[in-house]
Amino acid sequence: MIWKTVLFILMLFVIIAGISFPIVENPAHWYQFPVIPGLEEKAKIIFFHVPTAWLTVVAFLVSTVYSIKYLKNKDLDDDAKAIAAAQIGIMFCILATVTGSIWAKFNWGSYWNWDPRETSIFMLLLIYGAFFALRSAIEVEEKRAALSAVYSIIAFVTVPFFIFIMPRIMTGLHPGSANDTNAGPVVNFKMNGNMMLVFFTSLIAFTILFFWMWTLNYKSIIYKDKLTKNIL
Amino acid sequence: MKSFALFKKDLHSELRTRYAINALVMFILVTISVILFSIGSEKISETLTGGLFWVVIFFSAMSGLSRTFVSEEERGTVLTLHLIASPNTVFSGKLLFNLILVFAMNIVIAVLYSMLFDSFIIRNFALFSLAFVLGNIGIAAASTIIAAIISKTGSKGTLYPVLSFPILLPLILILLELTKFAIDGTVIGESLVELTVLVCYNVVILTASYLLFDFIWKD
Repeated sequence: MIWKTVLFILMLFVIIAGISFPIVENPAHWYQFPVIPGLEEKAKIIFFHVPTAWLTVVAFLVSTVYSIKYLKNKDLDDDAKAIAAAQIGIMFCILATVTGSIWAKFNWGSYWNWDPRETSIFMLLLIYGAFFALRSAIEVEEKRAALSAVYSIIAFVTVPFFIFIMPRIMTGLHPGSANDTNAGPVVNFKMNGNMMLVFFTSLIAFTILFFWMWTLNYKSIIYKDKLTKNIL
Repeated sequence: MKSFALFKKDLHSELRTRYAINALVMFILVTISVILFSIGSEKISETLTGGLFWVVIFFSAMSGLSRTFVSEEERGTVLTLHLIASPNTVFSGKLLFNLILVFAMNIVIAVLYSMLFDSFIIRNFALFSLAFVLGNIGIAAASTIIAAIISKTGSKGTLYPVLSFPILLPLILILLELTKFAIDGTVIGESLVELTVLVCYNVVILTASYLLFDFIWKD
């Protein structure tokens, strides 16, 4: 209960501050954000888009951790936790792709440019898709759990190439690319204090939201499983 | 040593049936001729030929490399392999076979490709061969472990490209970049970052494969 209250307050703050606080040339008051050249008003997407992308990776991490646990203990509960995290992960992955794509239309002029970061989120989407395709192709529960665990671990060890290495060594349009000059402040955390505060509050709030959704989803998977087994 | 015996067994059975070799040769011919037909008399840029080169390699790999483990499942020889060899030995043998297959296939593709495409001119041959060798090792390693996974599933053929594509994509992207460099004639010293990433990818995928193969192999 206490977590839900905290989450409510944090989210309320992020939504109100993120949407209504103005972006001005020279911030004089505590509630004003500075202008970042090349992004201006569009910089506000950072409060919502970056946390969704962040959750995509967190969900993948959680899913992999429980996959490793499954391979170690062969406990189907761990598999249910891994699949619950992956299901939420693909949802946030789609959200991050769609919000980023709409933003790209207004900032870069087209919905899709194959910028390295767009490539990497697309890859994550493909990995999640392949993961669910693999799961649907296997009938036996234990086998399905073991094989999808192996696949998600293999995918996880190659993911750092898309998310952390490729966008930084390749040139691109996204803030924080190798040749990025004007939008640098976003990545070097040279945002001013209140912008950083809202951004990090948003990250924390979204992370709590993820863990809440994850437990709910895990429980629902367990109940569904029990129901089908009683009927059969 | 046992893994080498396993490799020899695979080679013998492959030479007897020629399933993978026939499929691969035909696939290479078909893909290259489709590209040639679609280009027609058009003059295409050098960067594009470099990209199409890896497209041919990727799809040929998808058509031929999945056989390694599937054939064992289909012939019912998995249990025998369980009895005579440890999982690591089995994996080494299969990896060796796939490596030879990938190298043979890609050398054929490279030769054919440079004969048929006028604008495929490699200016820095050393860089290209380095990327080619490292890339082939990566493709062989990744496709062997994916082949092991899909051999245990219901729909063996269709799932293979779906599962391999996300795993192979970082490799293909780096290889595209390096091929572009080789065509432009960039010196090796300037492409060290990309080469390091390539080596890292190979090390990571090989380590993960050896660690995880146990779990796939023992049901």
